[in-house]
Amino acid sequence: MERRKFITSGIGAGIATGAAITFGGIDNLIAGNASLPYDLVAVRGGEPDVMFDKGIESLGGMSQFVKPGQKVLIKPNIGWDRVPERGANTNPILVKRIVEQCLKAGAKEVFVFDHTCHEWTKCYKNSGIEQAVTDAGGKMVPGDSERYYKQVEVVGGVKLKDMKVHELLLTSDVFISVPILKHHSSSKISISMKNMMGCVWDRGFWHKNDLHQCMADFLRYKKPDLTVVDAYYVLKQNGPMGVSLDDVITMKSQIISRDIVAADAAATKFFGKDPAEINHIQLAGAAGLGVMDLSKLNINRINL
Amino acid sequence: MNFLLMKKLRVVLSIFFLVFLALVFIDFRKSFSKDFYALAVFFQFVPSLLRNITVPGVIDFGAILVLILTIFFGRVYCSVFCPLGIFQDVVSWISGKTSGRKKSKKKRKYKYSKAWTILRYSLLAVVILPLLFGSITMVTLLDPYSLFGRIATTLLRPVVVVVNNLFAAGLARADIYSLLYRYDMIWVDPAILIITTLFGAGIILTAYYRGRLYCNTVCPVGTFLGFISKFAIFKIVLDENNCTKCGKCARVCKSECIEIKTQKIDYSRCVACFNCLTVCEDHAMTYKPAQRKSFEKPVRLAPVTDAKHPRVVADPSKRNFLITSVIGVAALYGFKAPDSIPGQKKPKLIVPKPKGQSTVPEKKTSPVSPPGSRSIERFNKICTGCSLCVTACPNKVLQPAFLEYGLIGVMQPHMAYHKGLCEFDCTLCSEVCPTGAIVPITMEQKHLLQIGQVQFEKKNCIVETEKTDCGACSEHCPTKAVHMVPYGKLFIPEIDQKICVGCGACEYACPTTPFKAIYVNGNPRHLAAEKPKTEKAKNVLKEGEFPF
Repeated sequence: MERRKFITSGIGAGIATGAAITFGGIDNLIAGNASLPYDLVAVRGGEPDVMFDKGIESLGGMSQFVKPGQKVLIKPNIGWDRVPERGANTNPILVKRIVEQCLKAGAKEVFVFDHTCHEWTKCYKNSGIEQAVTDAGGKMVPGDSERYYKQVEVVGGVKLKDMKVHELLLTSDVFISVPILKHHSSSKISISMKNMMGCVWDRGFWHKNDLHQCMADFLRYKKPDLTVVDAYYVLKQNGPMGVSLDDVITMKSQIISRDIVAADAAATKFFGKDPAEINHIQLAGAAGLGVMDLSKLNINRINL
Repeated sequence: MNFLLMKKLRVVLSIFFLVFLALVFIDFRKSFSKDFYALAVFFQFVPSLLRNITVPGVIDFGAILVLILTIFFGRVYCSVFCPLGIFQDVVSWISGKTSGRKKSKKKRKYKYSKAWTILRYSLLAVVILPLLFGSITMVTLLDPYSLFGRIATTLLRPVVVVVNNLFAAGLARADIYSLLYRYDMIWVDPAILIITTLFGAGIILTAYYRGRLYCNTVCPVGTFLGFISKFAIFKIVLDENNCTKCGKCARVCKSECIEIKTQKIDYSRCVACFNCLTVCEDHAMTYKPAQRKSFEKPVRLAPVTDAKHPRVVADPSKRNFLITSVIGVAALYGFKAPDSIPGQKKPKLIVPKPKGQSTVPEKKTSPVSPPGSRSIERFNKICTGCSLCVTACPNKVLQPAFLEYGLIGVMQPHMAYHKGLCEFDCTLCSEVCPTGAIVPITMEQKHLLQIGQVQFEKKNCIVETEKTDCGACSEHCPTKAVHMVPYGKLFIPEIDQKICVGCGACEYACPTTPFKAIYVNGNPRHLAAEKPKTEKAKNVLKEGEFPF
């Protein structure tokens, strides 16, 4: 709450940003100490909403992450003008259930947005996410204009020193990343760390300045409070948007973790790859931005 | 007949059509369906006429109806359907309100002026003759609908967007995102902006001071329909016996075509606005099937005494005529622009390039015309540059060309891949095009249509110059004509032109500046792309198995 007061009271942007980072860090420290029953939950064999209910329940419920009156920001992958079956965007059924759970936990407002690659209104519509979020009582937010993005500093960033992020990242209390697991021609694999790229305005800068390092650097600015990886439909090849339905397999899986690096490492395993091969996961793990070594984690495996 | 009711009906209908079309052109939110677009442009004479000629098997009734209406009732097109004409009426109306207040209490008055018949028909010839040689440039420049479209898109739309963004910003501060959203505009080529502004300003000035002078001097549709309306069945008839020569009718005639002295009306200039009918107190003006006699009434061409009718010295319409004829003549000669795209021909820089700047200019030999246009040559012959597709394109990739096609294609839209990409699953431009320059295509046709071919310049590529992974091009490629292959420890793009559709997604996404490492070179004649081969992806994970 203090963080919000700082920002809404209209103190200069620089101070606000600094405060956000500082308090964000403290939040994370406390969160790290707070006892969750598991570091990571992997669920298999159910529908997206059912898997999420079971998974989050085993972590102690949504109230572990969302407190009454808080403003929640959910960042799914809505990058492409594709229907859910094509495996290019996060499953709308999952996004809907997360919005519902947040509101049930007492969230004041739940916002959902993405900086899309295709024309955003078509992405929002055809992904089914706009409808799902509105039905659940959440709000879709545009991310298509540079005017929605605010300059922030990345303290300790190796390549990424500053960037423009969506204004809601600065004003939300809880930040939830809901990526889809898929193949990606640029970053090899697209999970939660790649999903963060949809929070920034200038993606070209990342492409120009060591993509993998920038993806790791982003986490120095902000880590999601919760990551839910949708692996129901998985785009195995020709990612990130796919050429045809041939590229998609039905995996019916989900990974939930507070640690974005751990979630990405586990999802990579599901994809059939070694996280150590994936440059950005490896860089983030080595920098201590999260745990890449799954053997160090307390994992709950649920089969439905 | 109730003339007042007729006039009111005319005013209501004309405002309806003006607002309707203006909405279509300024709608950056794409709130309207393609049927709405079709309805809005239905009565537009030039596009409808062109569609009848250019698209085989299609009968577009808009132009036919306009012709029938003209034969019966005179130039109602100009007073009811033509957005540019009605726009001028709005300007004249404002002018009447403002100048009346300043000078005297009387309303602003028009007075009879002679027709510039020779100029009118010469201009019509300048528009039509190049058509015989396959150049539509003069129609593009002067068709009132297309001109209005460009004025609305280039000048009016940005104003609407700026106002929208101000309100959206205010709402966003209160966490309200659902009502309005901010929109990033693509600025048109400065040359296009200047040309459109000049035309717009010229038309506003003539309308402000001389009513429908533009329509009755420059406008080819006005001249053409004016010629037909001389033989129209219904006409405004001045009863010489009842007329007291009070001149009230002439004072409200924005076409300046009623000559009280001789009690004659120049029907070629009358736009059937019915203003004169409502002011005549002597029952001398009626609207009825004209008697045979009126057919033979020649248009008065007598010289005007200078004292009574001083000539306007700097007449914008004349200036426009000069500009247009120069371009028209150039078009006649098939004047071609340099092969290169602007920005490419810059002299080589002597100073070393800053780090991260690409060095090899894009080698484009041809621009890219929209999917459905079939070939650049065909497209250049038909498109009147109304900008309807530009405004409809959700990806902002269609932009009016300046010299990309050469002088012959000024104002016609081209695929500006530095500004946007052509979405694989979108056929909107072909669906809204009113002239048939872009022929409607199905999604299946679009998927196998190659409008250009991908080219790769390794020397500009991030993977080569910065020695880091990038892959933005392949990421955006819908067919994987651009795919990543191992390059040492990195991955570099490889291209397969056979399955490339030329959508420009790679070019748009490529982060190198000022020259792209990957770009699309247009196909002068659109070709067929091969269907990408796909293999069924395999799931290595067994049901219920966890890989860790």
